Amino acid sequence: MSVVLKAVLILASMGAIFGLILAIASKVFAVKTDPRLEQLTQALPGANCGGCGFSGCTAYAQAVLDGKAKVGLCAAGGANTSQQMARIMGVEAVESRRMVAMVRCRHKDVQKKGVYQGIHDCLAATKVAGSGPNACEYGCLGFGNCVAACKFDAMHLVDGTARVDADKCTGCMSCAAACPKGLILKVPYEADIIVACANRDRGAETRKVCDIGCIGCRICEKNCPQDAIHVVDNIAVIDHNKCNSCGICADKCPRNLISDSNLRQEFDQAPAKQR
Amino acid sequence: MSNTLIRIFTITLNAILVENFILVKFLGICPFMGVSKKMDTALGMGLAVTFVMGLASAVTWAVNHFVLVPYDMGFMQTVVFILVIAALVQLVEMFLQKSVPALYQALGIYLPLITTNCAVLGVALLNIQNGYTFLESVVYGVTGGLGFLVAIVLFASVRERTEYSDCPACFRGFPIALISAGLIALTFMGFSGLKIFS
Repeated sequence: MSVVLKAVLILASMGAIFGLILAIASKVFAVKTDPRLEQLTQALPGANCGGCGFSGCTAYAQAVLDGKAKVGLCAAGGANTSQQMARIMGVEAVESRRMVAMVRCRHKDVQKKGVYQGIHDCLAATKVAGSGPNACEYGCLGFGNCVAACKFDAMHLVDGTARVDADKCTGCMSCAAACPKGLILKVPYEADIIVACANRDRGAETRKVCDIGCIGCRICEKNCPQDAIHVVDNIAVIDHNKCNSCGICADKCPRNLISDSNLRQEFDQAPAKQR
Repeated sequence: MSNTLIRIFTITLNAILVENFILVKFLGICPFMGVSKKMDTALGMGLAVTFVMGLASAVTWAVNHFVLVPYDMGFMQTVVFILVIAALVQLVEMFLQKSVPALYQALGIYLPLITTNCAVLGVALLNIQNGYTFLESVVYGVTGGLGFLVAIVLFASVRERTEYSDCPACFRGFPIALISAGLIALTFMGFSGLKIFS
């Protein structure tokens, strides 16, 4: 009996002593953290996509708290998140326009200049002579690095090129960072008029490699009543702040590469098995 | 060379190579499998384990020598050591967070993981079993941790390569990791005949 009692007493008293030491230590070594950090982190989606330019949601919350970053940089959370963050920080929310990613290439059966049998990876394919197996040096390689980079299941390969599901896209642009061809741009969610080509070669050369490549003919530029479309480096570029989606450029384009259908509709029309 | 130095050298060699905690004694397998996917996390884990094992050896030796032995409570070792090590790790974590934030950032996430990890508890119990003095216990703790560090870093570098190697689909991931762990343990069997000054 006495052995049992002794054991219990020793263990209990040691437990009590350690408990006391820890209780004192937690007061002595207490580190003050701002309660707003927790709130901000909770308001953020927690996807750690890096779209805000910080290494993760917690890092962005810390930067907002330190005054190094503004609220509303979180593309994935959208307006709701930026309002919540603004309330926590006591500042005005910035009205943000919803932006989504867009792939500037829509070729269906691209001309090949060779058969690529290497690693199934866009970046690896660009390292092969002539920057990839496609005849068009600028176009989508279709190995889906962007699809793998997307954390929101918004990127899919359709007809051999990457397409964005605008409803799921949060505009974090992880895909743009993953694309070795630099094909992916940020456009407003409502944008109807899109130039889906990135070929900077001159017209004659573009014609040889692609049926729907931009030849830089400037017909769109001349016909635009809003002065919203310009040819830069042999590709038409739309200024989405000026464009009012009238669709004249899409009608006039001799190559039919300016899309006047909503990105989302186009994705929905694609056969389900290819998604 | 004096007698103590020779003993310490023998203990060091034993703890790192001949009786490596992971690869020969099979203690602390959980962090060995769990945190060995990347080299830098493996390194952080190894350092944290070394740190805690050294510290735990010192404190448990003192507790055993000044509390358990006088009261003739040797059979309570396991329970008491778990309590002591858990409290110690908590204390160290709080201390680091306040005083050495840089070290806390590096080791912080690993520290709670190894509260009474079986390698840490094992080193405390083995110190008593082998009848080590205080100095020998601390040396055994630190070098045992270094053995853990060597094993986990070796294993992480192997795993980083198997990740990209062309291995059959059914073996990918954990199965191939277990097999390579077994192979590394086999190679460490080669040290088992090693005996110096003993």
